[in-house]
Amino acid sequence: MREAPVLQIPKRDTVPSEGTSKTFLQSLGLSEEEIERIRSLLGREPTETEWGIFSVMWSEHCSYKNTKRLLAALPTSGKDVLQGPGENAGVVAVDEEWAVAFKVESHNHPSFVEPYQGAATGVGGILRDIFTMGARPIALLDSLHFGSTENDVHSIRSRRIAEGVVRAIADYGNCVGIPTVAGETHFDRSYSGNPLVNVMAVGVVKRKDVARAVASEPGRKVLYYGNPTGRDGVHGATMASETFEVEDEDKRINVQVGDPFMEKKILEATLELVQAGLLEAVQDMGAAGLTCSSCEMAGRGNTGIRIHLNRIPLRAEGLTPYEIMLSESQERMLAVVKEENWESARRILEKWDLEAVDIGETTGDGWMRVWGNEEPETEVAAIPVRCLTTEAPVYLPRRAGKKSGAEVRPQPALSSEEGNDISGHLLRFLASENVSSRRPIYRQYDTMVGTRTVWKTVGGDAAVLRLDGTEKGLAVTIDSNARFARHDPFRASEYAVIEAARNIAAVGARPLAVTNCLNYGDPGNPERFEEIAAGVEGLGYACARIGTPVTGGNVSLYNETAGAAILPTTVVGMIGIMDDYRRTTSPALSGDDLWLLGTHSPSLAGSEYEHWSRGETSAALPEIDYDFERSLHAFMVEAVSKNLLRSAHDISAGGIFVAAVEMVLKGKRGLVWEKVPEDDDFALVEYLLGEGGAAMLIATAAEKRGTVEALARRWNLLIERVASIEGDRLVFGKQISFSLENLAAAWEGDLEKRIFLLAGKEEAAS
Amino acid sequence: MTIEAGVIVFPGSNCDRDCVRALKGMEGYRVREIWHRETELGGLDLVVLPGGFSYGDYLRPGAIARFSPIVREVTRFAERGGYVLGICNGFQILLEAGLLPGALIRNAGLRFICEPVPLECTNTNTPFTKKVPRNLTLPIAHGQGRYFIDETGRSKLEAEGRIVLRYAGGTNPNGSTNRIAGIVNEKGNVLGMMPHPERACEILIGSSEDGRSFFESLLQAA
Repeated sequence: MREAPVLQIPKRDTVPSEGTSKTFLQSLGLSEEEIERIRSLLGREPTETEWGIFSVMWSEHCSYKNTKRLLAALPTSGKDVLQGPGENAGVVAVDEEWAVAFKVESHNHPSFVEPYQGAATGVGGILRDIFTMGARPIALLDSLHFGSTENDVHSIRSRRIAEGVVRAIADYGNCVGIPTVAGETHFDRSYSGNPLVNVMAVGVVKRKDVARAVASEPGRKVLYYGNPTGRDGVHGATMASETFEVEDEDKRINVQVGDPFMEKKILEATLELVQAGLLEAVQDMGAAGLTCSSCEMAGRGNTGIRIHLNRIPLRAEGLTPYEIMLSESQERMLAVVKEENWESARRILEKWDLEAVDIGETTGDGWMRVWGNEEPETEVAAIPVRCLTTEAPVYLPRRAGKKSGAEVRPQPALSSEEGNDISGHLLRFLASENVSSRRPIYRQYDTMVGTRTVWKTVGGDAAVLRLDGTEKGLAVTIDSNARFARHDPFRASEYAVIEAARNIAAVGARPLAVTNCLNYGDPGNPERFEEIAAGVEGLGYACARIGTPVTGGNVSLYNETAGAAILPTTVVGMIGIMDDYRRTTSPALSGDDLWLLGTHSPSLAGSEYEHWSRGETSAALPEIDYDFERSLHAFMVEAVSKNLLRSAHDISAGGIFVAAVEMVLKGKRGLVWEKVPEDDDFALVEYLLGEGGAAMLIATAAEKRGTVEALARRWNLLIERVASIEGDRLVFGKQISFSLENLAAAWEGDLEKRIFLLAGKEEAAS
Repeated sequence: MTIEAGVIVFPGSNCDRDCVRALKGMEGYRVREIWHRETELGGLDLVVLPGGFSYGDYLRPGAIARFSPIVREVTRFAERGGYVLGICNGFQILLEAGLLPGALIRNAGLRFICEPVPLECTNTNTPFTKKVPRNLTLPIAHGQGRYFIDETGRSKLEAEGRIVLRYAGGTNPNGSTNRIAGIVNEKGNVLGMMPHPERACEILIGSSEDGRSFFESLLQAA
């Protein structure tokens, strides 16, 4: 091994040729033990490039070193699973011919540093994970968590972040032409220094065309296409594995810039290449860029790889090998191609105005060898691939142990002011940041491009997309329940899975499989790690009980700023399948009768109402009855496929009241809810706004009464007719009666002003 | 009578497949995709410039696409009297190419809007609109769809009956001059519109089937 040249590490200390400087080593985010282990694995002092390669491959983002053992316990197999965790995305069969690829990824840290580019590149990254599986992306979803927009010291920053993130998701997804069909937006103070931007993408692929990122043969060419490589994003994966200090200005250089037009071109080109059978393996250069994509493809195939950096297209002059290997410049692809297929692949890329660049070859020796870009060409890295992949460290951090029982405090009483004006109180709640209509956000997303989205399901429980070449409908949703996690992360993860599954069932689909994003704090802190471990366990438990395997996901740790951690947030992306997309339902109220299906046992403890009115929550939610959940799914699949229902809606944040408001406003129909507890105001508010029940609202035409009741009995579900669909008001008992206009003004009026600082005015018709 | 339709595909077009699907679903249409590097429109009756972000909307929407060889061919095709339908980004390209007057600028609300909107068809005496209902609903999906034209241009369009679509129901979602959503050229064989008829050909998908009426009109005219 020759001596590596002295390299200039920008923004960091120059490394003296006689050894590696302490400052440089400290900048890598590796522990003392890891540094020593790397030295002993190689049996010598690594070069700067090698240090860089190790630092990103051994980061949490790439190695899952702190969570691998937890994740190993998740249920990942099932009869429909074609590809479980470990690839770019999970793949699940939907019939004999077709499959769905889907995954969620976080771009939390970049979105805090630069909201617009951080979120835009998050969308780009997850789309590439889908089309590298050979699947055409057909839908995007997002789970967004921001600091509160209420008056606190951080609210302006939180609003600015929210505005930038939403605009970026719109700009990027709309331009690439992938509809953003569903999502959730949640505000809580704990996110003010660590917003969460989790994006999920879903694609369709013929089972025979599923591509993989396994370079299993030596002697193949390594093909680079897409954007040239620049300095942007150097060390992004390591940044995602560190906590922020209060003023982390110098992280700014790490943020990548997205180009959706390039994304669209590499998307189309990749799908053409895959369908023509020209790629043996393909992976995008995402987190940890060229380093990660090359050694992961070689690692999965037990081969080696040789890369010549002087062939890499560069965006700027003077990039060092260290920077080229660690760059996270966006929209770049790496593939493995047989010599005889090179010319055909080159022609397809040329059609899309892309250059095919041969940057090296796969080898049989199991080593990753990198040759530098300076004259004369010298080897700047030589590492056994397994040291970077399978032999990366794995830890099981210390858990603090379960907190001694969730705190249960007496339920809050209404203040006299609230009690005197319950209607006004309800309207204010309706306009609050976590309850009000998300339309100002999703209206910016092209929800329809691709003409697969069943329009009435947009803004409902789950979005339904028709699957080309079949009559099937694919239901997709993304959910989390972080509010519950303050007291019980296990239960919160369970509820996230349950809510996702209810959303899938609400449109009449059968829950099929899950992807997830685990957004947590610093695993080195035993209390935080307790949350992580409990959250993963809750996820696995619920998925096993519901029967939805976990086919992949993403872990985002270190979501802390100045020692303050976010709410432990397990985000669940779920897909479901239905036989006929034309037979689906939505929350838009229609028909004659509204039924409560299941057991509604509302509690204000832990509810969004408690959070809103008291600024904190007092307890986690009750145990979940999985038998009920499975029966509910079966009932809904059958009822919807037999066209028994006019509308359906899951009861979640904000309880019966918010669910009913959403139904009447979407359906433009009134509702008279006869029986409500009216003995005292508290009982009334608890009935309307309490959460934690196991129930759903369904609407039917009068002639379906008997059939629906019989079906519910057959599935052992309680069913009660609770309201008549009539008139143009929402009425609860004798006390509460709103006009739809008043409800609409409260529900639809607020979010726009809250998060969009720069509001243009739509002009009135002239 | 069969209409031979071609849907131009630029790099960055993203409603091309939707247009093909919609036309395939119409009786009396045969449709093919035309790659932007092609230079022949042989035998076509209708050319569709689809929505999307041709060339990434770099510079401004349609500004680069207009220099594409196929757009020169589309211009000649229009001069010969062929039907040209520009939807959304396609409308933007038609303006940049000078086939239609005016400009499309950023929405007055500054943000992208995607939703079905009420429209009014204000001239059913064009080949594209003979069968279009007076009141209809079509989806819009654009960030730069605010149609702008000066007063002289506007009165000329008005006088010649070339404003065929207006936002209706008291709305003007993007702040367009006189609520203009779609216009035709002087001969009436080139239509540019911001709403997406191809998204409204199946009731479940686009919230209405009013989009079909544009294609049915052409079939009658042809």
